[in-house]
Amino acid sequence: MNGLVDSLLVVILLLNLFTLGTSRIRAVIQVVALQGILLGAMPLMIHDPCHLQTLLMAVGTAGLKGWVIPNMLSRAMRDLSIQREVEPLISLTKSLLLGAIGTALALAFARHLPLVEGHAAGLLVPASLSTVLTGLLILTTRIKAITQVLGYLIFENGVFIFGLMLIEALPFFVEIGVLLDLLVGVFVMGIIINHINREFSSVSTERLSSLKE
Amino acid sequence: MALAILLLPLILAGVALLVPSNRARPWLLPVAGVGHLSLVGAALGRLPLGSPTGWLVLDPLGGLVLALISVLFFLCSLYAVGYLRHREDRSNRVFCACLLVFLAMMSLVTWAHHWGLMWVAMEATTLASAPLIYFNRTARSLEATWKYLLICSVGIALALLGSFFLAYSSLHEGLPSSLLMEDLLRNAPKLSTPWLRAAFVLLLVGYGTKMGLAPMHSWKPDAYGESPGVAGALFSGGMTSCALLMVLRIYHVCHAAGEADVARQMMVFMGLVSMAVAAAFLIRQRDLKRMLAYSSVEHMGILVLGVGIGGPALYGALLHMVNNGLAKGVLFLSAGNIHRAYGGKSLDEVSGALRRLPLSGALFLAGFLAITGSPPFGPFLSEFTIARAALGGGQFLAGGLFLALLFAVFVGMGATVLAATQGRPSEEALATSYRDGWLTGGPTLVMMAMVLMLGVHLPVFLRTLLLDAVRFLEARP
Repeated sequence: MNGLVDSLLVVILLLNLFTLGTSRIRAVIQVVALQGILLGAMPLMIHDPCHLQTLLMAVGTAGLKGWVIPNMLSRAMRDLSIQREVEPLISLTKSLLLGAIGTALALAFARHLPLVEGHAAGLLVPASLSTVLTGLLILTTRIKAITQVLGYLIFENGVFIFGLMLIEALPFFVEIGVLLDLLVGVFVMGIIINHINREFSSVSTERLSSLKE
Repeated sequence: MALAILLLPLILAGVALLVPSNRARPWLLPVAGVGHLSLVGAALGRLPLGSPTGWLVLDPLGGLVLALISVLFFLCSLYAVGYLRHREDRSNRVFCACLLVFLAMMSLVTWAHHWGLMWVAMEATTLASAPLIYFNRTARSLEATWKYLLICSVGIALALLGSFFLAYSSLHEGLPSSLLMEDLLRNAPKLSTPWLRAAFVLLLVGYGTKMGLAPMHSWKPDAYGESPGVAGALFSGGMTSCALLMVLRIYHVCHAAGEADVARQMMVFMGLVSMAVAAAFLIRQRDLKRMLAYSSVEHMGILVLGVGIGGPALYGALLHMVNNGLAKGVLFLSAGNIHRAYGGKSLDEVSGALRRLPLSGALFLAGFLAITGSPPFGPFLSEFTIARAALGGGQFLAGGLFLALLFAVFVGMGATVLAATQGRPSEEALATSYRDGWLTGGPTLVMMAMVLMLGVHLPVFLRTLLLDAVRFLEARP
């Protein structure tokens, strides 16, 4: 089982690098959706799949992260006729390079953290840290509001991967609360993006610079 | 009891969405305020209150924050009625509903004793308060809302990772992994140290973002600058106190685990950095509300500095939380009145506020004197307690820097406040129709009286509550 989880985590790590290297927003949305579905599948492999709580969590995660939120973002893309390029602040090659360095550091760093017996071999911790770093990188180096939301989602995915080690500690209702907060958060952000688009006729946050010291 | 305190504002928020009249709707806010205040009063008489599962517990520390929020919300709700009467041009449906949900979620934060629930509630306060900043529907308020939403969401996501680390620190030692405060405090000495330290850093940075500690404060001047005064008052007095409560909760776990020294050093450092950054931006600040935002950054710094210094300063910090909440309320509400009367909030438009608005101008000036720690107001007492604890405890560097930065802030803020209140108002400002009214002036006056009272005579029940909270934090299992 653990082998399967690790190979899925490798896929997630590769997807992270792909999001950093691609210039098309649609591709990033699809990658985030795919990550969401993979994350939804993971609780079933780590824990008892027959348990109702695990099942609900898997369906909830895959449904929200893999379907509802990406759909909301694609619709925003279409309705607001957002240009399809991501407009990074630093070149895509550089962000890819930074992402690769981040992943390597995460792998090295995770080795030094004391882990519980069963987790030590797995890729859960480095994959989580690397995904968090990728999310932060996208948040800080992309201009458009919608790509910043995508960065936030990837960041949250990283936190979720760490949470997989703690399913027993986190009761079901907290998991649902976290997912619901995420959904409402993205929904509110979507509304604001809509207003930004109307106000500035673009969704680039570069125009949001009148409040500076 | 917990359910009643949470559900009352939530139900009224639902009612607010249904009420068709723009003029009648704001009166729901004082209704919620009175109900909330009386329920909280009843709950405080029976501390500690808890549910058998341990998820919702009102300990003295949470009770203190809850009492502050409740009083602040009640006074702000009266002001909001007067304020919204001046803004009848736009619908206040979403504004009223969000204020009520915001109150419910802040109350939930004070009751929550499970790190997951705390996280959900804190994130919900962010989401409920974002529309408050966007009330004016301008390009600038839009920018402020976006920054607030994104920066705070990322901060809170870091806090979630920190909460997971906290759970892992018990899992690692073979303890049942739990995020309940009671379990964590009981098992604290056995928690895995590296994970606990990492959790502390992430939670301090994460919830510190929500508090507005430098360098994660960048959302604050924009959000406070563009939102209505009443939202600013609730942010700077209520929401930031909730975030401080989260920092105190993780400090509590660290203290019980014998890791308090590491945590304290970090908090002293963060506190001084916040005060220094705030002081730098307060000098020559021309915008009144942005000035108040930087002052809020400074006072968040004072709070974590006080906790970091420890000993008697912990009591000082908790007292300062109350003082800061009320004094910031005075400043934001009177700044809101000045903004209405002048049609602007920068020194380019505002001058001679004492002549143009005798009540609000005087309250703004008095609020400034109070918040910068002049006697005989409350903040003087709490800042003095912190300084004495630092110098008396041999922390001369921290204590000296604290006093020097307080002085710099006084000079910086003083120049702006005096320029705004002294002198003659411009012709355009005299021509606007806005005057101080009962609803916009009264609550501010009451808050100011409370700030004065806290400096002259500390009421017995508050003193008991503060001492109980300190004892609760310092107790070892």
